[in-house]
Amino acid sequence: MALVLMRHGLLLAGILFALGLVGVLVRRNILFILLSIEIMLNAAGLAFVVAGSRWIQPDGQVMFIFILTMAAAEVSVGLALLLQLYHRFKSLDIDAASRMRG
Amino acid sequence: MLELLWLIPTLPFAGFVVLALIGAWLSPGKVALIGVGSVGLSAIMAALVSFRFLLSPPPGHLYSQILWRWIEVGNFMPEIGLSLDALSLVMVLVVSWVSFLIHLYSAEFMIDEEGYSRFFAYMNLFVGSMLTLVLADNLLLLYLGWEGVGLCSYLLIGFWYKDPANGRAAMKAFIVTRIGDAAMAMGLFLIFTHLGTLNIQELMQRASELWTVGSTLPIVAAALLLAGAVGKSAQLPLQTWLPDAMAGPTPVSALIHAATMVTAGVYLIARTHVLFSLAPAVQLIVALIGAATLLLAGCSALTQRDIKRVLAYSTISQFGYMFLALGVGAWSAAIFHFMTHAFFKALLFLGAGVVIMGLHGEHDMFKMGGLRTELPLTFWTFLIGSASLSALPLVTAGFYSKDLILWQAWSSKLGSPWLWGAGLAGALLTSIYTFRMVFLSFFGQPKARVSRGPGICITIPLVVLAVLSVIGGFIELPETLGNRPLFSEFLHSVLPNPVGGGSLLLPFQALAAIVSLGGIWLAYLLFLRHRRYTENLVRTPLGTALHCFWFGGWSFDWLYDTLFVQPFATVARADKEDKIDLFYRGLAWLNRTLHFGLSATQSGRVRWYAAAIGIGAIVTIGIAVLL
Repeated sequence: MALVLMRHGLLLAGILFALGLVGVLVRRNILFILLSIEIMLNAAGLAFVVAGSRWIQPDGQVMFIFILTMAAAEVSVGLALLLQLYHRFKSLDIDAASRMRG
Repeated sequence: MLELLWLIPTLPFAGFVVLALIGAWLSPGKVALIGVGSVGLSAIMAALVSFRFLLSPPPGHLYSQILWRWIEVGNFMPEIGLSLDALSLVMVLVVSWVSFLIHLYSAEFMIDEEGYSRFFAYMNLFVGSMLTLVLADNLLLLYLGWEGVGLCSYLLIGFWYKDPANGRAAMKAFIVTRIGDAAMAMGLFLIFTHLGTLNIQELMQRASELWTVGSTLPIVAAALLLAGAVGKSAQLPLQTWLPDAMAGPTPVSALIHAATMVTAGVYLIARTHVLFSLAPAVQLIVALIGAATLLLAGCSALTQRDIKRVLAYSTISQFGYMFLALGVGAWSAAIFHFMTHAFFKALLFLGAGVVIMGLHGEHDMFKMGGLRTELPLTFWTFLIGSASLSALPLVTAGFYSKDLILWQAWSSKLGSPWLWGAGLAGALLTSIYTFRMVFLSFFGQPKARVSRGPGICITIPLVVLAVLSVIGGFIELPETLGNRPLFSEFLHSVLPNPVGGGSLLLPFQALAAIVSLGGIWLAYLLFLRHRRYTENLVRTPLGTALHCFWFGGWSFDWLYDTLFVQPFATVARADKEDKIDLFYRGLAWLNRTLHFGLSATQSGRVRWYAAAIGIGAIVTIGIAVLL
């Protein structure tokens, strides 16, 4: 079992998280924002897994399964919002929904 | 019979209620019937009750009638209760009968005025309050009547409210007397705190048991009550409101500012005389205030042009005599002078009202003259009133009452030659200014035509009051003239006689008589025979200065304006921008700015929210790592 260096694993997780965050901030298309959020979640999950393998503990993978479950729930809500947004504004631009009414 | 006592103040109140509710829809005849009738019935009731009281005096010469309990808070349980003793009997009789005569007069005098029913409503309310004041058996109810007459005074001075000057005069009267009233309220608090009751009889008893002569508490309590009396009775230093109160209709001046309301101060002091006896220092102040006021007001009366203002200053001056009498412990002499003064001063005001009405509202005496032939009845009654005011010897009521005061100012244990001298000088001034008024308006060349003479409703009060101004004095004859002091013997059950006495009564009486006659003679010389000489005298620099000074009431208005009104107005102007509020407005501004800053972040842009969360997380982690 080739040991992955913890440092490398965390670095990858950090890069992925940063990429995801930048995606959330700069993208206007809600679909891509959801994708970026997925990337961030997976980056966090990766960090757990790396840590779990470092201390030879199953807890990291258990956490990852929790995160996956949560991500599935989040995506279902997110996609429902996406559909509503598209219905309402005929576009996927998140800024179109910036006006607050009542 | 005595149990009908409650009707005496109730009848005028009932008249007020009827007139206030439906007066506007009644014809003037019905308004007058209700307005005059209610007071007339009250006066008859007062006469019946007094008759009964005199025939078979109740035990202790005191009849109390408790109607109901007013308030009940802890041990504070004032009652709506009336009490009748010799003092309140005299007051009730004078107040109700003089009020009735003045109401009768007003029924004709005010007939052409707008607001006829409003006038009678206020007048009835006034009489009801005044009767409550004099009949009250506790100081709280007395205070209610006290404030009631103050309110009516305000309403009636400002009766012709369309002229702003009248409104200002009304407010002045209200505010100046309010200063005294506030002090009096404090006095009541003090008395209740220390004696535990406001019932007058109990209070007097406890005060004489618990307090020693000259200790601090009675002095403070008496001084506070004195401040209230000074305000109501227009004495120094709160006398400035009365001359301006002449802005009201003439019957109002006769009723409120001569015969009844201003007597409330005298009544209060006589009523609580036990307190004042416990505070000799305050009693001395009462005498000094009286002496100073009678001289100051006498000088001012000498220079006025407006006939009503002469009478106003004269009223202040005569109340100075009453205060002087109270100050030397001559309680019954003060009440005696109150009674005779009510007769002749009401008469003089009503006579002046006829003159003013006849000359289309002319108040200036220098534009009158020769009215002797035009208004003969008014002239003769006015002359009788003037003679009584200037204490013409032997035949007038004013002589007996004023002479009694002067004699007791000299002979009483608390009196002194100085007080007596001031009173004598005041008597000289009184007869000069009184006959100046008579000579200027009724003698000399006619200067204006009289358009309207008095009718029957005006004539009756004039004649009745003229008769009373003559015979009113015979119920108290001094030792030298028959020695029948019926009045002070009657009041003896309430008011003790002054301590002291002497045997020189006759020379003093002769001196007072000479002074009175001399004043009339001087007035004749100065204002009828040698008018030119007097005018030249006034034109000298000193004469002009003195004339201006006295004409303006010794510049008290100016003094108060400079001392109180203007600093207050300056502070108010300086604080127009609400400097003190700056701090609070700064707080509000800060909150609003923060609010706008924060609400700007609520843009609705999800990506900004995400960025804010991200930055927040980084900052938090950064802080956690670095620290």
